[in-house]
Amino acid sequence: MTSIELKQLQKTACHVRMGIIESTHSAKCGHPGGSLSATELFTYLYFKELNVDPANPKMEQRDRFVLSKGHTAPGLYSALAERGFFPVEDLKTLRKIDSYLQGHPNMNTVPGVDMSTGSLGQGVSVAAGMALTAKLQKNPCRVYTLLGDGEIQEGQVWEACMFASHYKLDNLCVIIDNNGLQIDGRIADVMSPYPIVDKLEAFGFAVAAVDGQNFNELEAAFAQARATKGKPFAIVMKTTKGKGVSFMEDQAGWHGKAPNDAEYEIAMAELKAALAELEA
Amino acid sequence: MAEVKKIATREGYGQALVELGKEHDNLVVFDADLAGSTKTGMFKKAFPERHFNAGIAEADMICAAAGAAAMGMVAFASSFAMFAAGRAFEQVRNSVGYPHLNVKVAATHGGISVGEDGASHQCCEDFALMRSIPGMVVMSPSDNVEAIAAVKAAYEHDGPVYLRFGRLAVPVFHDEKTFKFQIGKGEILRDGTDVAIIANGLMVNEAVMAAETLAAKGINAMVVNICTIKPLDEEIVLEAAKKCGKVITCEEHSIIGGLGEAVCSLLSEKLPTPVRRIGVNDVFGCSGPAQELLKYYGLSAEHIVEVAEDFCK
Repeated sequence: MTSIELKQLQKTACHVRMGIIESTHSAKCGHPGGSLSATELFTYLYFKELNVDPANPKMEQRDRFVLSKGHTAPGLYSALAERGFFPVEDLKTLRKIDSYLQGHPNMNTVPGVDMSTGSLGQGVSVAAGMALTAKLQKNPCRVYTLLGDGEIQEGQVWEACMFASHYKLDNLCVIIDNNGLQIDGRIADVMSPYPIVDKLEAFGFAVAAVDGQNFNELEAAFAQARATKGKPFAIVMKTTKGKGVSFMEDQAGWHGKAPNDAEYEIAMAELKAALAELEA
Repeated sequence: MAEVKKIATREGYGQALVELGKEHDNLVVFDADLAGSTKTGMFKKAFPERHFNAGIAEADMICAAAGAAAMGMVAFASSFAMFAAGRAFEQVRNSVGYPHLNVKVAATHGGISVGEDGASHQCCEDFALMRSIPGMVVMSPSDNVEAIAAVKAAYEHDGPVYLRFGRLAVPVFHDEKTFKFQIGKGEILRDGTDVAIIANGLMVNEAVMAAETLAAKGINAMVVNICTIKPLDEEIVLEAAKKCGKVITCEEHSIIGGLGEAVCSLLSEKLPTPVRRIGVNDVFGCSGPAQELLKYYGLSAEHIVEVAEDFCK
């Protein structure tokens, strides 16, 4: 990508991060940590990779995205809002009674959400079922799904991986956000899922290991995914949980906690400074 | 007297899938290594490109079916009731029920009549589990004719459905030429005034036989077939209770959470009526020949007669 494109994506990522902080601060709860680690991924998907149209969110041949780690809804919502699926202002209704922005994504209320998720391990199976069906329907769309690295402790994830490989779902791209943390601490200490790349390869995937906060590396990985035929593709992306907000970075405590008023001010000031630097 | 034809309701399921498959390209079927037993194998033979085996992975199967439904297909997903409704309960709840997707969870080998495999495979909790999911239609057909009709109605219904079929061959008493089926509508098989026997699944035929025996003993029993446990045909249940003043429920399911409790809930709120529940009495099953097991657990015409006689004393 050109340096102008890169800078634009970085600026968009800043706005997505601000939406995450705005919405979780307004809700006084929610999951900023894993939303911030996946911000570049959400940004890249909705501003570069996915064939989607905010004016026609149910377009039949659109690419599908299933947020298997549904608790990072603030990140997905913020990216969808930035892309124009609904007003950015609505992010402040997150988790409030009668808001369409539920704590975990609801496909029947949020424009642009392709599957209701939240219970870990299920979204990846749904995505595989979508990819299988797309092939049957001769629908040229691609299916993407994002999982947490803690989420892959769920046995169902590996059932889905077997399924994807068995049915040679080369229209499926499974992304794993390897931020290394889960609620109870470091994934390696709680219940190690490592080695992740080797496991996926053993299950029949072609795998790219990338820095998930580097747009150039994401671009190369997605290009490789599209070029891979006869097997599903996985991107294992190394990230920092809470990325972009100094006091949230690499802290398990920020998995499912909202910033208070003082923390909100600091976080927003940091993100505004980062944006100003990009705009300078 | 002509010999009564006996067919397992799972056969009707397989047959209906093939018939639907011929008419509708948007029908897909998922199974979890039991295609021969669940009878989705019949569909696989006719439409191999639309039948998908998930292997022994019921949780994944249910969610893959949800993915197919999210892409606009009508997806049937089959395993034994124990695994479709039991093991995959949370997948059905969160990936099918909550998004209200067009997945038809079609479970075979429900109840005690699984037989020799024993308690681990005799699911008597599926109605309770599936009833508790908002928006889920729950059906348990009584014979092959009703099974075929229920599968076709499930296909036409927009939203999630749970269907329970049996392993055991049971008498076919409906006439396929005249039978009409509608989701949520009960069927009065025999009118009566002394006691209303409300049944589903293979207990419907037992109830009809019991009513004949009771008539000879001077007890005039009404028999109501409730294929759709949810949404319950409240009108027919209230009418039967009003007319007879006594209700007996019969199901091949735990007395907890199934048809009996659905009927009791309705009656206690709208028309308090004495009820006796016949079902599996909060115990696990055991191995044995299906017919003997049904008698052993009181799921028989003889036991219905005993209960009705005591009730009507």
